[in-house]
Amino acid sequence: MKIYITSVFVDDQAKALAFYTEKLGFVKKNDIPLGQASWLTVVSPDAPDGTELLLEPDGHPAVGPYKKALVADGIPATSFAVNDIQSEYDRLVDLGVRFTQPPTQMGNVTTAVFDDTCGNLIQIVSQPS
Amino acid sequence: MDNVFHALSAPVRRLIIDELCERDGQTLFELCSRLTMRHQVNLSRQAVSQHLDVLEGAGLLHTRREGRYKFHDLDLEPLHRAVDGWLVRPTDQDHR
Repeated sequence: MKIYITSVFVDDQAKALAFYTEKLGFVKKNDIPLGQASWLTVVSPDAPDGTELLLEPDGHPAVGPYKKALVADGIPATSFAVNDIQSEYDRLVDLGVRFTQPPTQMGNVTTAVFDDTCGNLIQIVSQPS
Repeated sequence: MDNVFHALSAPVRRLIIDELCERDGQTLFELCSRLTMRHQVNLSRQAVSQHLDVLEGAGLLHTRREGRYKFHDLDLEPLHRAVDGWLVRPTDQDHR
């Protein structure tokens, strides 16, 4: 068994696609219309056949309170790996991305947390090579 | 003053103060991460939250809501007030 997809709940799929591709740099993989929403996934440009991130609509009534409670306490919905966290932080701040935690050494990893503008906090991590 | 010294009596709350000295404006998640990753203190989110409440009750910490986020800032003023003017010996007073 392997993980081929993971998901974040987004409040607007079009806005999410723009943020995750234009700002974060992911690439659109699938955009299949399914009723009112799409099966909308993005992948990392260096791993087009790797794990997909599903930008999943957050319309279910349970999702709103869940996302709100996580964000209030600063808890990320998911976590992405980066090579150089400081340059990624600088790049995203220049693009207007709001961070709730700048790069901070946490044991042997460095982490930072930003707002994806779709209702989630996202953690980025650089791990020792 | 009792509140301040009570708040400082728990080692984990002194660790929280140390971490907030490094940077104000931390989320609960960041404080929990710092305690776990830097100090191997594995407390539940609820337990850390309760420690933050004690610090807030002593005035050593303030919470701030910014939109959907909640941040914690340190305030050492109550500690300075508690220490200033306490244990002042006559010889010290001569120099004041």
